[in-house]
Amino acid sequence: MTKRFASLFGAIAVLAALAPAPVAAQPESVLRVAMTAGDIPLTAGIPDQGFEGWRFVGYSLYDALVSWDLSRSDVAADIKPGLATGWHVDPANSRRWIFELRHGVKFHDGSPFTAADVVWNFDRFTKESAPQFNARQFAFARGYLGSFESIEAVDEFTIAITTKQPDSLLPYNMSFLMLVSPRRSAEVGNDADAFARNPSGTGPYRFSRMVPGERLELVKNTEYWDTARIPHHDRLVLLPMPEASTRTAALLSGQVDWIEAPAPDAIPRLRSSRMQIVTNAYPHNWAYQLNFVDGPFRDVRVRRAANYALNRPDFKELLGGVALEAYANLPPSTPYYGHPVRYEFDPARARALLTEAGCLPCKITLAISTSGSGQMQPLPMNELVKSQLEAAGFEVTLDVMDWNALLQVGRDGREKHQNVDGLNISRSLQDPFNGMMRFVWTQQFAPRGSNWGHYRSEEMDALINRALATFEPAPRLALLTQIHEKMSEEAVMLWVVHDLNPRAMSPRVRGFVQAQSWFQDLTPITMAPR
Amino acid sequence: MFSYILRRLLAAIPIALGVSMVCFALVYLAPGDPIQTLLPPDADAETVDRLKRLYGLDRPLPIQYLSWLARVAVGDFGRSIATGRPVAEEIRRSLGNTVLLASVSVLIAFSIAFVMGTIAGRRAGSWIDRIVTGIAVLGVSLPNYWLGIVLVIIFAVELMALPASGMAGERFDPTSWEHLQFLVLPVFTLSMIPVGIIARTTRSAVSEVMNQEFIVTLRANGLPEWRVLRHALKNALPPVLAVMGLQFGTLMGGSILVETVFAWPGSGYLLSKAILTRDIPVLQGTILVLALIFVATNLIVDLFQSTLDPRIRRG
Repeated sequence: MTKRFASLFGAIAVLAALAPAPVAAQPESVLRVAMTAGDIPLTAGIPDQGFEGWRFVGYSLYDALVSWDLSRSDVAADIKPGLATGWHVDPANSRRWIFELRHGVKFHDGSPFTAADVVWNFDRFTKESAPQFNARQFAFARGYLGSFESIEAVDEFTIAITTKQPDSLLPYNMSFLMLVSPRRSAEVGNDADAFARNPSGTGPYRFSRMVPGERLELVKNTEYWDTARIPHHDRLVLLPMPEASTRTAALLSGQVDWIEAPAPDAIPRLRSSRMQIVTNAYPHNWAYQLNFVDGPFRDVRVRRAANYALNRPDFKELLGGVALEAYANLPPSTPYYGHPVRYEFDPARARALLTEAGCLPCKITLAISTSGSGQMQPLPMNELVKSQLEAAGFEVTLDVMDWNALLQVGRDGREKHQNVDGLNISRSLQDPFNGMMRFVWTQQFAPRGSNWGHYRSEEMDALINRALATFEPAPRLALLTQIHEKMSEEAVMLWVVHDLNPRAMSPRVRGFVQAQSWFQDLTPITMAPR
Repeated sequence: MFSYILRRLLAAIPIALGVSMVCFALVYLAPGDPIQTLLPPDADAETVDRLKRLYGLDRPLPIQYLSWLARVAVGDFGRSIATGRPVAEEIRRSLGNTVLLASVSVLIAFSIAFVMGTIAGRRAGSWIDRIVTGIAVLGVSLPNYWLGIVLVIIFAVELMALPASGMAGERFDPTSWEHLQFLVLPVFTLSMIPVGIIARTTRSAVSEVMNQEFIVTLRANGLPEWRVLRHALKNALPPVLAVMGLQFGTLMGGSILVETVFAWPGSGYLLSKAILTRDIPVLQGTILVLALIFVATNLIVDLFQSTLDPRIRRG
């Protein structure tokens, strides 16, 4: 049999060599990814399924005005020009941002990208009376349009966005808003579901096919405007696999080439099978937001005591090494990290602070969840927090609830939950507003925003207002650094770890650079032959 | 007979209503609502309220329930809140996959278990009976999600003989091994519990019948053993059939755990996703359809039973 195959092969080889114009039929190179999501992220613009949806579907099919530079692994990712080539604030009006749009960009359906399309997309996000208005897109976009007031097309390739107050961070928010093709939307009668089945954006991948609930297949967009980012593989297959053990088995059995978030205890097994394990810091923290009004955390000494009470390397060990000790709010590679107070493990100091504050034993209640996006391993981690806090003089009650219930507590704010002293919701810290300001700004008091425990400091408010009104990068960076250092000095949270975002991939996956970001660039990846 | 069937079908209506009402209430009793899962965790309360209004979820519960019911009455199951896709389409697709999985499992489980149970029941107390009972107890007591994971580790990861999860593609082709291989592990896992339950039921039914006086009479009349067994089986069948029906209904409900472990896109998987995202239209629609299937399966089994054993003809 083998012989026959060999001779057949030989014959084919000879024939191929003799053929006049040998066009080698390259097999299609396919990258298959198992996501943690329970379903395929929405393909009709801004995706659902959290930032995983943005990572694999959003930034593949679409672009935003502003992109993320995901080409390096050694610095925290920052924004760069996307569908807008540049932006600046109107010299005559600090509430008016001007965005210059890229020329020559085409949607996947062939229609050209212009300023009118941007305005059309913003109406889709915000204007209930517009025929293209979409409730879900509104819901996803809203968090990024907090300061947005209005938009206008200045000319064919310029738009102007007016904000409610000066907002130097607006470009960051623009990076989350995916722009879809108005032509395709009109073709399907502005039906979002029909659009999702045949989407059209400007991104590096085009839609190929979708089996709802099972798989989404994208193919490379050979006409992508950023020629450096035309995918180096032909096809990207995305599979939802919420079970960690299922993902691990799928990778080990060769069904997929890449899995997100393997369970920490599966990592040694994956390594022994020659799988690549990649990790990197990214803007995530596993921490507790505190109640600044009702309980003992009103007192900064108690907040500091809690931070001194934790031995963070123990958490890293508990998580199989795929975590980074969090001594402050942001990972140290963040440009505005500065020199925050380092809360090293010091139980004696913690106890002394509690004694000084007159709170010993210091009774606190922490609201935690059993699971949830970004929550890592909430139960064992919280047990460890409890035991270490108690060793230093706290008396901790863990109020365990379902993830959705915890989110509701988070949304309600402290007023409705005065018995809760700390809230364990992992947060994304992708940009200065989401990473810092929203937790400590009085304008963000819950239920309006994310300042759950109603932290109030005039000095902090002044810093934030100045940062938002400072449009020059260097002075703004200095202000942002001050905000971070002040958050640390004031111990505005109880910080534990930053996730290291492990992912595992087959040895065939080449050329991936793990950026310090929630988002990743898949386009440079090549697939080595089997 | 006809009026019996009609009455049973009519009785299914209050059952379906009750099921949907309880399910609707349970979803609202649990914390969180579909809007929560639609939104990023950081969304503020005002956005939540506005979205609730846009989705009509701000209306009183009874009104929401009645309007859902009115639409279902004319065959409109609405659209999934999470995906925006029509619920009827989601159910059809996932139910098709589950029917495939369940019917193969059922066929295999029923035939194996019936043979096992019959052999054991005829020789109650013998070593072969103990082995069968042992297997049956094992089948019932092994948690099947655990078994599924172990099978994946052995056959997919270590031996690389079978795929770990998923389905081959949109259209299942029963003639192609490419497609069939995806069925092997989930079918094996899924059939373990019914094998155990049915083998045990068959065993006790057969052994009970074998001890009855008419068997002695049959033997005294000089009937060959295989004909005695035929009579015995006919008498032992009704309770076994009832259990089979229930098991088939359960498998049709889709094993949430097994389908999740194997990422098999069936109704159990759909249901578990709908529960996690509080996707009420999908949840309501799926549960309603599954409840109706359960009722229908039981009806068919009842009819079967009454043809096999006229004593249990009701009506």
